[in-house]
Amino acid sequence: MKAFAKHRGKIATLDRSNVDTDQIIPKQFLKSIKRTGFGESLFFDWRYLPDGKPNPDFELNAARFKNATILVARNNFGCGSSREHAVWAIQQYGFHVVVAARQERGGINVPAFADIFRSNCGKNGLLTIELSEAEAEEIFQMVGRFPGLEATVDLEHQRFTLHLDEEISFHFELNSAVKNRLIHGLDDIGITLKEEAAISSFESHHNSQLK
Amino acid sequence: MAKTLFKKIWERHLVKTLSDGSSLIYIDRHLIHEVTSPQAFEGLRLTGRKARRPKLGFATMDHNVPTDDRVNIKDPISREQIETLRKNCKEFGITLFDLDNDKQGIVHIIGPELGITLPGTTIVCGDSHTSTHGAFGALAFGIGTSEVEHVLATQCLLQTKPKTFKVEFRGRPKSPVGAKDLILKLIGTIGTAGGTGYVLEYTGEAVRALSMEARMTMCNMSIEAGARAGMIAPDETTFQYIAKGNRPFAPKGKDFDKAARFWKTLPSDANAKFDREITIDASKVAPQVTWGTNPGMVLDVTERIPEPDKVPGLSKKDVEQALNYMGLKPGTPITEIKIDTVFIGSCTNARIEDLRASSKILKGRKISQGVHVLVVPGSEQVRKQAEAEGLDKIFKEAGCDWRFSGCSMCLGMNPDQLKPGERSASTSNRNFEGRQGKGGRTHLVSPEMAAAAAVAGHFVDIREWK
Repeated sequence: MKAFAKHRGKIATLDRSNVDTDQIIPKQFLKSIKRTGFGESLFFDWRYLPDGKPNPDFELNAARFKNATILVARNNFGCGSSREHAVWAIQQYGFHVVVAARQERGGINVPAFADIFRSNCGKNGLLTIELSEAEAEEIFQMVGRFPGLEATVDLEHQRFTLHLDEEISFHFELNSAVKNRLIHGLDDIGITLKEEAAISSFESHHNSQLK
Repeated sequence: MAKTLFKKIWERHLVKTLSDGSSLIYIDRHLIHEVTSPQAFEGLRLTGRKARRPKLGFATMDHNVPTDDRVNIKDPISREQIETLRKNCKEFGITLFDLDNDKQGIVHIIGPELGITLPGTTIVCGDSHTSTHGAFGALAFGIGTSEVEHVLATQCLLQTKPKTFKVEFRGRPKSPVGAKDLILKLIGTIGTAGGTGYVLEYTGEAVRALSMEARMTMCNMSIEAGARAGMIAPDETTFQYIAKGNRPFAPKGKDFDKAARFWKTLPSDANAKFDREITIDASKVAPQVTWGTNPGMVLDVTERIPEPDKVPGLSKKDVEQALNYMGLKPGTPITEIKIDTVFIGSCTNARIEDLRASSKILKGRKISQGVHVLVVPGSEQVRKQAEAEGLDKIFKEAGCDWRFSGCSMCLGMNPDQLKPGERSASTSNRNFEGRQGKGGRTHLVSPEMAAAAAVAGHFVDIREWK
């Protein structure tokens, strides 16, 4: 996995919550036995009209979001199926970072990201950043006012900074184990294989209940 | 100290806590299917790694499989994915239930059926509905392809310990309200992300009274509440299920007695603490019907389509988008929504009890004119059992299409799909945009509700069905 340190890039906003993995990459593209070639099909049903032309009403098709590398959406991004193809599609389209908002309203707590999706992102070096609803709203507002707005993500210091005349900067929380693996580009299997002795010792007394 | 069911299984499988705080967890069963595994096997080949414990892996093809002609698969890309699984299982020594095997079926249906799923085990699969197996008191959750490769290579997974969430269903639901309605009610109550970061444990009188198959329906949709896993403590119902069927991988005789002694130690201790709890009065739950584009957008069958600004926890924009996609107007009674397709199938509701329940409604009746009804058994064993009981005849005489097993129209990776604008009553688990086919509109319901809608041509309150 490629190490992630700092990233500066253009922001694209997707003003939707509960973006599920069926929308991120529809089923017909899951038949591939490869890990590549998914970027063209990202958000396929939203992105293209029935005749195959780009849908002008879909946010990401707007000229101002061309070559964006940071995607910002609302809460519960990536819910649904466990398909890792969703992560591959987002990365292969050109995004390095996905930002989403947690929502706290009337006693209901909605996290920014769905669990399996977020875990899959970590295994592929796609950084997920959870911000508060107010912080995400500010990004939506600023991107609306300043087309082409860029941001810098500093993973080490856990800061997300909007490049405005007067910079706006947000702190974000991140699981320390995930952060460490992203910064050093560590591969999970490599980490686990170093624990060979512990695994063998465990297996010597563990009963998996298979006759 | 008092422990939860989850904690007992977690501790039993904890190989080591690493210095960065993550937990290395041992995996007892790895279920594999054709869609999320090819890149994982390829990863092993590229790094020269082997499958560490191939005997703990079990594979089948289900997602891509046509439900009419399974021998001549027309779609060359589907065919390649199926053939790739065949080759990979052979190369890495993994047991495969192939298309010509009478044990083939949806991976989450055959695991329990064959006795692969047992209480107290850890079970993973590259599929989010792996939560199904939690019905046995197993810790079972869906993983991505990188994790599939990880399990193949190491038989372990690196995990962050989840929190625990007790969901108590008090009282008994009034038949024919059942497990599907209870779980949809929960999702409607806590939302599609209400369980994110938690493992759910379903308890209470209503859960204890459920059959194993109904418990699987309940645990299956835990992921639709955002929870990776849902669990139910094993009890006599569980032991009877494992002991009675023809389950080649389950312990027998003295081995069974020994295993059962262990299984009886698993239920959560009386004073065990959960991070969160909720109680739902099961006796007041009505038949549920989803109206929107996620499973949390759900109502009692007696209600009306909501006004966009009056749905708790959802923005006006989100509701408007959903209603626009679904082609529904606020104020419309659910029972006035007409459907043109009915899908009875999926890992949620394609076990023998589900087919018995829907066939009971259809017996001696005809489906409404213009409605297409697809009945897809969850496994070949379910299909054969249904045929032995004559259920296939009931379905066919009513005008339904009776098929071979597979995931089918739950996600439409095979040719069974909705066309744009078609509207289904479906016993599956997801009503996302385009899930059953681009532009298709899905309403999630129980098998009884789906069968009644097939006859009436619109939703009906199954409690008033005669």
